[in-house]
Amino acid sequence: MKPLDRRAYWRANLRWLALLLAVWFASSFGCGILFVHELDRLRLPGTGFKLGFWFAQQGSIYVFVVLTFVYVFVMNRLDERYEIMRKGEADGERP
Amino acid sequence: MSIQAWTYLLVGLSFALYIGIALKSKARSHKEFYVAGGGVSPLANGMATAADWMSAASFLSMAGLISFQGYDGSVYLMGWTGGYVLLALLLAPYLRKFGKFTVPDFIGDRYDSQLARIVAVVCAIFVSFTYVAGQMRGVGIVFSRFLSVDITTGVLIGMGVVFLYAVLGGMKGITYTQVAQYCVLIFAYLVPAIFISILVADVAVPQWGFGAADPSSGVYLLDKLDGLHAELGFAPYTNGSKAMIDVFCITAALMVGTAGLPHVIVRFYTVPRVRDARLSVGWALLFIALLYTTAPAVAVFARTNLLATVAGEQVDRLPDWFGRWEETGLIEFHDLNGDGRVQYVGPNADVPNELVIDRDIMVLANPEIAGLPNWVVGLVAAGGLAAALSTAAGLLLVVSTSISHDLLKRALWRDITPRAELLAARIAAALSVGVAGWLGIHPPGFVAEVVAFAFGLAASSFFPAILLGIFKKTMNKYGAVSGMVAGLAFTATYIVWFKFVDPAANTPANWWFGISPEGIGAVGMVVNFVVAFTVAHFTPPPSEAIQELVEDIRLPDRLPEST
Repeated sequence: MKPLDRRAYWRANLRWLALLLAVWFASSFGCGILFVHELDRLRLPGTGFKLGFWFAQQGSIYVFVVLTFVYVFVMNRLDERYEIMRKGEADGERP
Repeated sequence: MSIQAWTYLLVGLSFALYIGIALKSKARSHKEFYVAGGGVSPLANGMATAADWMSAASFLSMAGLISFQGYDGSVYLMGWTGGYVLLALLLAPYLRKFGKFTVPDFIGDRYDSQLARIVAVVCAIFVSFTYVAGQMRGVGIVFSRFLSVDITTGVLIGMGVVFLYAVLGGMKGITYTQVAQYCVLIFAYLVPAIFISILVADVAVPQWGFGAADPSSGVYLLDKLDGLHAELGFAPYTNGSKAMIDVFCITAALMVGTAGLPHVIVRFYTVPRVRDARLSVGWALLFIALLYTTAPAVAVFARTNLLATVAGEQVDRLPDWFGRWEETGLIEFHDLNGDGRVQYVGPNADVPNELVIDRDIMVLANPEIAGLPNWVVGLVAAGGLAAALSTAAGLLLVVSTSISHDLLKRALWRDITPRAELLAARIAAALSVGVAGWLGIHPPGFVAEVVAFAFGLAASSFFPAILLGIFKKTMNKYGAVSGMVAGLAFTATYIVWFKFVDPAANTPANWWFGISPEGIGAVGMVVNFVVAFTVAHFTPPPSEAIQELVEDIRLPDRLPEST
C-alpha cells in the first residue's frame, strides 16, 4: 500500500471509532447514569421498566453487542475498499 | 433422586468431559502452550473468552449483589460488559496484528524497555493471583455445600482437574475445555432463570419477564418490589443509594479494567487473523451478554420471592430451605423482640432488623426458594464449578506464561531453547496451581477487598500504556513508564489507605469528591494519561524503527502476494 492510502485508511478507522464510542458513551454513561433520573420519568412502553433503569441494566448491554458487530462489519468493508482484504473473503474461504 | 445424587451425577459428567478434552488436546510446542498454535476459530474463541471472563463472582455472586443493591448493582452489569467495546475497538485487533504471546511482550517491545516489561509482568502476576484465590475458594464452597465433602477436599479435586488441562494442554487444552465449560455454565444459568420467570411472571424470557406484571394482581413486578422496599424501610430498588459520581467512576474503572485484564487480552492472540480477532470479541460479548442480561432478572425474582416468603413470616411457618441455609451460617436470624416473626427491614425502618443473609447464596438458593426440581439445583452446582474452573485455568496460564516467557525467555535467560521454555512453562503452571490451591484452602481475609485492586491496577496501568502504544505514535518509554508508575502509585495508595490503613474512615464523607476506592482506578487512569503526555513532551521521541512498528500494527494483515 502507498503511504497516502495508509493515512486515509487510518483516518477512516478513527472516524468510525469516534462515532461508535460516542454511542457507547451515550447509552451507558449517558442514559444509564447521567440522565437516569430524567429518563426514569418515562417507561418502556408496555412494561414496568423505568427507562433509565432499563438502560442501566439491559439496554446498554444490547447496544454494546450491536456496536461490536457493527464495528466488525464496517472494518471488513474498509479493509475491502483499501484492498487489504479481497471481496467476499470475510464471509468465506481463507487465503 | 435427591439433590445430592443429581449433583454428583451432573458434576461427575461435566468433569469427565473436561478431562476427556484435556487428554485429547495436549500441547506439543511452546506456541501451542501459549496461544493454542494461533489457529482457534473466532466462534470457539468467543465462547472460550466468555467462560474465561465469567468467574465464580459472575455466576454465583453477581445476581445476589444486584438483588441487594438494586440500581446500584448496574455498575457491574455495564462495567463488565462495556469494557468489551473498548477491547474490540481499541485493543484486540492491534494486539493480534502485533502477534506475540503476552501483554508484557507488547509493552516491552513497543517501548523498547526492560523496565516497562518488568513492571507489566509484576502487575500481570499480581492481578492474576488476586483473582485466582477467589476462584479456588468458589470451587471449595460449591463442593462443601452440595457434595458434603470438606472445603479442602473440594479445592484439591478442583486443583487436580485444572492441573490436568492447564499443565498438559496449556492454552490449547484450556481453550477447548473452556468452550465446553461455557456451554455447561450458560445452560445452568438460563434453565432456572427461565423456570422462575414462567412461575413468577408467566413470560419465558427472563430479560422481558422482570419488566412484566404479576399475572394475579396486574401490578408490575418492579413497582411491587419498590412498594415492598418502601414498606420495609429499604431504599427503592430501582433508584439505588450511591452518589452519581461514584456510580460513574466505578463503572468507568470496571470497564477500563476489564479491557486491561491480561487473561482476557491474551485470548485474542489465539485466532488466525486480525479480522478474526474483531469478530471473536463480538461473539465473546454476545455470549457474555446472555448471562449478564439474565442476572438482573434473577436478582429481581430472587428479591421478590425472598421478601414475599420470609419478611414478617411466623418462625414456625418458614420454608424448608431457610433452615438448611441457616445451618451453614449463611443465613442468620435472631428474634430480637421475641414476637415469633421475622423482622427483615432496611435502614429506614423504626424496628431493628433481625435477619442477615449472605449475598453469595442468592443464585445457589434461588432454585430451592422457587421450589424447582432437584436436578436444577444439581445443574446450578455444576455451572458454578464450570465458571470457577475456567477462569482459574485462564489466570494460571497468564501467571505461568509471565514467568516462563516474559521473565525467563525475554529478560533473564534469552538463549533458552524452545523445549526448555515449554518445560519451564509447565513447571510454572504446576507451581501456580499449587499456590492457587493453597490460597483457596487458606484464603487471606482480604480477597474481597483486593478485587477492587485488580481492576484499579489494570485500569490505571495496562490500559493507558497499551492504548497510547497504538494510537500515539510518538509516545516514548519515559512517558509510558512514568505514566504507569504514577497511575499505579496513585490508585494503590488510595485503595490501601481506605481498605487497610484506616478502614474506619472508608465512608463517602472522607472520599475525594465522593469517589469510593472501587472507582478510583478511573481517576488513576486519568493521572496516567496526564503524566505520560507531560513526560513524553519533554523527552526525545521513540526511534524510527519503533514508529515503523506502530504504523505496521495499525494495518491488518496484508494480502498475500500470490494467489
